[in-house]
Amino acid sequence: MSAIGEYSRTDALNSVDKVHARGFAARLWTWRYIVLRRLTQFGILLLFFGTAHWAWHYPAKMPLLSGNLSASEFIGLVPMADPFAVLQIFLTGHVLQQKVMLGAAIVMAFYLLVGGRVFCAWVCPVNMVTDLSGWLRARLPIPPMFHVSRNIRYFVLAASLILSALTGLAAFEWVSPVGMMHREIIFGLGAGGMALAAIFLFDLLILKNGWCGHLCPLGGFWSLVGRSAQLRVRFDKDTCTHCGECARVCPEPQVLNLKRLEETGYVVSGECSNCGRCTGLCPEGSLAFDFRPLIRAHARRD
Amino acid sequence: MSDSSITRRDFMVKTAQGAALAATGGLLWAYLLRQEAKAQPYALRPPGALAEKDFNAACIKCGQCVNACPPDILKLAPAGGDLPIGTPYFTPRSGACIMCPDIPCLKACPTGALAPELTDINQARMGLAVIDIENCLSWKGLRCEICYRDCPIRGKAIWLETDPRGLSKHAMFRPIVNSDACTGCGICERSCPTEVAAIRILPRELVQGKMGEHYRIGWKDTGKITEDFKPAASAPEAPKAPDGKAPGVDYLNQGGL
Repeated sequence: MSAIGEYSRTDALNSVDKVHARGFAARLWTWRYIVLRRLTQFGILLLFFGTAHWAWHYPAKMPLLSGNLSASEFIGLVPMADPFAVLQIFLTGHVLQQKVMLGAAIVMAFYLLVGGRVFCAWVCPVNMVTDLSGWLRARLPIPPMFHVSRNIRYFVLAASLILSALTGLAAFEWVSPVGMMHREIIFGLGAGGMALAAIFLFDLLILKNGWCGHLCPLGGFWSLVGRSAQLRVRFDKDTCTHCGECARVCPEPQVLNLKRLEETGYVVSGECSNCGRCTGLCPEGSLAFDFRPLIRAHARRD
Repeated sequence: MSDSSITRRDFMVKTAQGAALAATGGLLWAYLLRQEAKAQPYALRPPGALAEKDFNAACIKCGQCVNACPPDILKLAPAGGDLPIGTPYFTPRSGACIMCPDIPCLKACPTGALAPELTDINQARMGLAVIDIENCLSWKGLRCEICYRDCPIRGKAIWLETDPRGLSKHAMFRPIVNSDACTGCGICERSCPTEVAAIRILPRELVQGKMGEHYRIGWKDTGKITEDFKPAASAPEAPKAPDGKAPGVDYLNQGGL
């Protein structure tokens, strides 16, 4: 590898050893973001579920968090809505109410701040299924069946918008496993579990990171939004030994193109979901969350 | 053959392949959507729901109406069910709409799939009650009329047609639904005592006909066209009974009593 010629192989191997020599406590610390992500994913589900089934409210009589990920209302005051779902409904020709438009704007503003695909890693319930599948696949000798472009999601995204306009139905919302899973956990079970089982097996046996990393148009949508997001993974080229452990755990390893990172100083691609695997793992502390305006300041200070 | 023509050919083939993939995938997807939306005629929607096609387009499947429903009768259709996926519906036999005056389900809807134009719950048209007169106790001659008594707009949506001599020796009270006033709340279906409800709520498109604009009810119409068919100013006198007796003879006095 000529690109990494200036880096010492010994340093890299030492870094790898550092990762593997970690004791149990250090390993738990490595997984801190995974634990946090599961907590937010379950926590959000629980808030929705408690509001629907146990009438959780705050303040008196105001439902705590009513609805689901498609659209919701927090304490009867803050509307929220999935901008991608709203966009599809807009394309069916339905004249939308102000409430849902405001909700979509609020959600959009939030993800513009913290990173579009933060939805994927920190909120989306399907992520729990695909993470489990990916974790299992890393431990099983399953060879890749074929390679397909990770850009397929953008074509699926385009298709769902075009089909929404042509059929008069919000095309992805009607088949979305994300919607199915969330809805069925909160509002009663149906055959959505079969779709999730299909995704699990697809990711496990057919295509690694197949659903979240290749096909899901919602992930594609948030990737596009994420390009201008503020919370990013900062990269410190001086401490990095090019050991490659980050790319090994990353579900979207193309975003960790080290050559590119050296130029920019942070992960630019919107496909990064800010899942925190790499920042938790990096043995040299070269990767960390930071806000984009601060990244240059950090670089100057260093 | 030059290099450029090979790349051009490659490009054409790649484009054709991509187009074929997109077209096949798109057709399959569209087919799925059509199938899913096809179940629609049987769905009973919350009050204020847009016409089914528009409702399917507008509903974001969030379930806020379900959470807002005080009697907790609304459900979201699960995947793989008979109804369009994720949309709210109710089943009157197990849970009827209690017609809350403030319509909380409609107020909770963020997209306008439940149209905010509906402000009077009595104007809601969730469905239409239809009576199976072959299995209705009242129509058979038994005293029941529970649907009439339970109807929230009793006398308007369901009224009783009385017939003092409907069945051999006693009167009948036949419930009749007035489609102008029925909201389709389903309280009648919920309370019907027969094994399978003899009065049921169906989506209006399934049961309601339309007369068309060109028919005139001549004896009511005020338009000029039907002037000739109006009855004369003085009604003709009824013919007298031939034998001088009153025309009605009490039936109880007839026969071998």
